[in-house]
Amino acid sequence: MLSKRVIPCLDVHDGRTVKGVNFVDLIDAGDPVEQAKLYNDLGADEICFLDISATNEERKTLFNIVSRVAESCFIPLTVGGGIRENADINKLLKSGADKVSINSAAVFNPNLINKASDSFGSQCIVLAIDAYKDRNNFKSGYNVSTHGGKKKTDIDVLEWALEGEKNGAGEILLTSMNADGTKLGYDIEITNQISSELSIPVIASGGAGKPIDMVRVLKEGMASAVLAASIFHFGFYSIENVKKEMLKYNIPVRKTW
Amino acid sequence: MFILIIDYGSGNIKSVYNSVKKTLYNSNKFFKLKVSSNLSDIKKADKIILPGVGSFDHCINRIRKIDGLVETLNYHVVTKKKLFLGICVGMQILANYGYENQKTNGLSWIEGNVKPLKNFMASQNLKIPHMGWNNLNIYKNNNLLDNITDDDQFYFVHSFFFDIKHNKNIICNTKYGIDIPAIINKDNIFGFQFHPEKSGWSGLKILYNWLELS
Repeated sequence: MLSKRVIPCLDVHDGRTVKGVNFVDLIDAGDPVEQAKLYNDLGADEICFLDISATNEERKTLFNIVSRVAESCFIPLTVGGGIRENADINKLLKSGADKVSINSAAVFNPNLINKASDSFGSQCIVLAIDAYKDRNNFKSGYNVSTHGGKKKTDIDVLEWALEGEKNGAGEILLTSMNADGTKLGYDIEITNQISSELSIPVIASGGAGKPIDMVRVLKEGMASAVLAASIFHFGFYSIENVKKEMLKYNIPVRKTW
Repeated sequence: MFILIIDYGSGNIKSVYNSVKKTLYNSNKFFKLKVSSNLSDIKKADKIILPGVGSFDHCINRIRKIDGLVETLNYHVVTKKKLFLGICVGMQILANYGYENQKTNGLSWIEGNVKPLKNFMASQNLKIPHMGWNNLNIYKNNNLLDNITDDDQFYFVHSFFFDIKHNKNIICNTKYGIDIPAIINKDNIFGFQFHPEKSGWSGLKILYNWLELS
């Protein structure tokens, strides 16, 4: 049976991971390659890098990291952040990324998803959507925000997700900006809404505080995968903890222990 | 042993290269591993791997664009029977026809056609693509499946599947709404619908088993 995926996400800036990471067994805690290897060994089903570098100069280090990770981690690797055109995607895929996630750039250049999926195939194009709750002005109750939630658009999240699917996105990475960072659980409502209306898989993101949060968004939110950062990085819970909790509720997982 | 990975512009060549290299290092074998589309390399190779991501029609069209590639592969794989492995779309294009985007001729090495999953999934509320880790329904003994159990999972990502004409060409299926051929075989020709290069230790194990075949 198809397993539900558990995906740790690492923020990378100028070739180093940011947000402290607390693993004792890492030689270099800020090295994304070391961390990716560790997550790979600990049973991650995929790894996600989010590049938060602001300049092209800083971004260059990313290709080297991606290619080093691809040499030692034999699981899918998604890279997001700063992707503006097909040439950026090409470089990342050539370095060894399996998928790219596109966020703000898709809002400013609606053809990007279309062009990218045409050139590289839907399987490697993830549309990342940052959803902000706005019950009064939007049909789905959420609007699309850009620039890490700093800027709001006038686009409805559900309409945007449907358009992304039509344009050839293979997957949606849905982050609730209201839940993100709270550790109070994922936003079940928007996850369920998007997952029910779309036929492509939805990765839930934002708000994970404990393993039961993952169980809830997979069951009630109908997500295909869960993404989390800090609960793994700080060592509060391991991937195994999460998968064991999922098993308790009969959610299929890839056993790696 | 000379292992050749065919380079026709498929996006995941590097991952395939890395995983085969890792597998061969683990096996302590003397080997030569190369990524190329030179016809002279196909002549020299002992084992040939054809990766593939994207769509059926894009992949086969790219392969046909390389002058003499199809003819050379036909001769060395079908006639000379060199061990061959097609991965994902690299497996699908072994069919007679593919129906992704448009009806396209495949290589016709294994009888069957590549059809959309969506006709079978809608009623079952299953997502398309079939994306993520799934296990193999192992019911036959095969050297390829040494040390592989029902607990091993493999990474799949596809919206189309190989509807195989003869059951004897299926080594094992995976279950996603319907039985989907996951490993196919005819004589010296093998195909994996999943990505062994992205399937963790399970993927490396099955690559090792394939490389051990003679």
